[in-house]
Amino acid sequence: MDNIPQIPLASWVDSAVSYLRSNADWLFDPISNFLDAFVNGVSTGLMFLPPLVFIILMVGLTIYLTKKVWGLPVFTLLGLVLIWNLGYWEETMLTLALILCSSSVAIIIGIPLGIWMAKKETVQKIVRPILDFMQTMPAFVYLIPAVSFFGIGMVPGIIASVIFAMPPVVRLTNLGIREVSLELIEAADAFGATGWQKLIKVQLPLAKNTIMQGVNQTIMLALSMVVIASMIGAEGLGTEVYRAIGRNQAGQGFTSGIAIVILAIVLDRLIQAKNKKKY
Amino acid sequence: MSKIEVKELTKIFGKNPKKGIKLLKEGKSKDEILKKTGMTVGVNNVSFEVEDGEIFVIMGLSGSGKSTLVRLINRLIEPSYGSVLVDGEDLSKIDKKRLIETRRKKLSMVFQNFGLLPHRTVIENTGFGLEVQGSPKEEIEQESKKALELVGLKGYEDQYPNQLSGGMKQRVGLARALANDPDILLMDESFSALDPLIRKDMQDELLDLQQSMKKTILFITHDLDEALKIGDRIALMKDGVIVQIGTPEEIMMNPSNAYVEKFVEDVDRSKVFTAGHVMIKPETIRIEKDGPRVALQRMKQAEISCVFVTEHHNELYGVVTAEGAAAAIKNGQKDLEAIVEKNVKTVSPEISLKDLFEIIHDTSIPVAVTEGKLLKGIIVRGAVLAVLAGNEVNLDG
Repeated sequence: MDNIPQIPLASWVDSAVSYLRSNADWLFDPISNFLDAFVNGVSTGLMFLPPLVFIILMVGLTIYLTKKVWGLPVFTLLGLVLIWNLGYWEETMLTLALILCSSSVAIIIGIPLGIWMAKKETVQKIVRPILDFMQTMPAFVYLIPAVSFFGIGMVPGIIASVIFAMPPVVRLTNLGIREVSLELIEAADAFGATGWQKLIKVQLPLAKNTIMQGVNQTIMLALSMVVIASMIGAEGLGTEVYRAIGRNQAGQGFTSGIAIVILAIVLDRLIQAKNKKKY
Repeated sequence: MSKIEVKELTKIFGKNPKKGIKLLKEGKSKDEILKKTGMTVGVNNVSFEVEDGEIFVIMGLSGSGKSTLVRLINRLIEPSYGSVLVDGEDLSKIDKKRLIETRRKKLSMVFQNFGLLPHRTVIENTGFGLEVQGSPKEEIEQESKKALELVGLKGYEDQYPNQLSGGMKQRVGLARALANDPDILLMDESFSALDPLIRKDMQDELLDLQQSMKKTILFITHDLDEALKIGDRIALMKDGVIVQIGTPEEIMMNPSNAYVEKFVEDVDRSKVFTAGHVMIKPETIRIEKDGPRVALQRMKQAEISCVFVTEHHNELYGVVTAEGAAAAIKNGQKDLEAIVEKNVKTVSPEISLKDLFEIIHDTSIPVAVTEGKLLKGIIVRGAVLAVLAGNEVNLDG
């Protein structure tokens, strides 16, 4: 191997990143400003509510969605009170804002992309390996260019989370639409539905359950990025975990970890409750 | 002008249909093309016409290309070659917009597995065609209700498809196809997924509806009994080619080749043939002028034991038996009137052999076939059995 020159892949990537950094401000600045405003708005809104009010609202929402009083609503109540009691309220709201922002961006990009993939074979052929790449590349790696382009703070955290969390919703939207039976597609065509009508009236409603599973996974992945994103200054529960690692404090690591778990369970069950079969 | 005119319609599945067409024109067979190019000939040079108000059945086994053929007509599958004319307009040449328009107004389709949208209620499914046309809400509801009533599903409007039985689901499928009042119904194995009894009901109902609707119906099936029952004309398909087109009788009686013959072999002939097919020309005498001697003379000549009596112009009057005539001659009676048995069993020419069988098995004198009062022919037991055994039928009889 010694006489074959090494391919300078790393330095190529470096120069691409530094080129973009100095020449693509027109692209990164508006994205950065938008995400910054978005996440600030959401977190300010969440923290504006007194903890008690927020807890009551959440419990009410779970009762409404699950149509149950026992089970999830009780868990939500106890879980959120515990978080409050442990003193992680503000961090939890920041984390929630981070998750909501990154997963909504991932979903807003991901669902149309999945639809496009389902409709065009070429798009599927191009996008699929990119999704594989996005999912298998260790999540930490995204942090480096994210910091280069967006500095440190919440925004690069969101960017890294979006990249990491988007593949499931794209894949499952694609799958859900492709799974709609041929006869139903033929029926829509035979009665003279346009491509758009077919999508709205037939494909999306029938793919809904699969798409919602994608949404659920995307949110869970965004949540799993919380700790990683805290390494580049995205504040929240992740910061607490990260700090606990640095100081070797098992207790604090556990309590902040538990807060993340509670948040994950509540979010997951809430989305699943929306996703019950009606017919 | 025919309602639907299909000319040289061909579909080749594969990468280079043009090359396949060329090979077909050179006279290569389906198998040769598959071997040489890997392409499958789905439908091969099919031509036929369907008249307005006709039920045209395309019948063939699975893989014969019949389902592909019906999809070539509304272009759910793009034809490789040939044309489909509906009211003189070539659907294979029109642009997408016009195609959507034609599908909305002229062609409706009923599917094998119903093709109902599970997330919509019965009435929402029924109104789908009108909805995509952008009809006003009130009209959609009104027309959907009307269509559901037509197929006997009044009161089921707000159910979901999975709450219905197979037969009811297909009624919804039919109602959906009728709601936007198309000229043409394409029915792709529409009753094949149903139980035999339900299937029979649906066939009867379709025929009833057709009496008043007078739609042009292209009906696909793999069941010859169904084809014979429903079709005004039948096209038999094999390997993408139409083997024979004809009325049910023509196909049954003159199968054009061994393939059709083999098909026809298994059909329950008693359901297909009617009294009209098996009746023979009777020996008759006239009440106004003939007497017992003439009657006996005729019977001796024809070697039969009874002779039918008519009055006026071939109207059935009764029957005279050989014993009756002989006794009358012995007693010196000259009048026929006294010995005519007027209580003759009569049937209409349309009655099926199956029903006819029950009538003839307990009667010694032949059954008369009448239309009004006119004597059209008589049924002798031997002829019925001959047909059921699969022998040739004398069409002139």
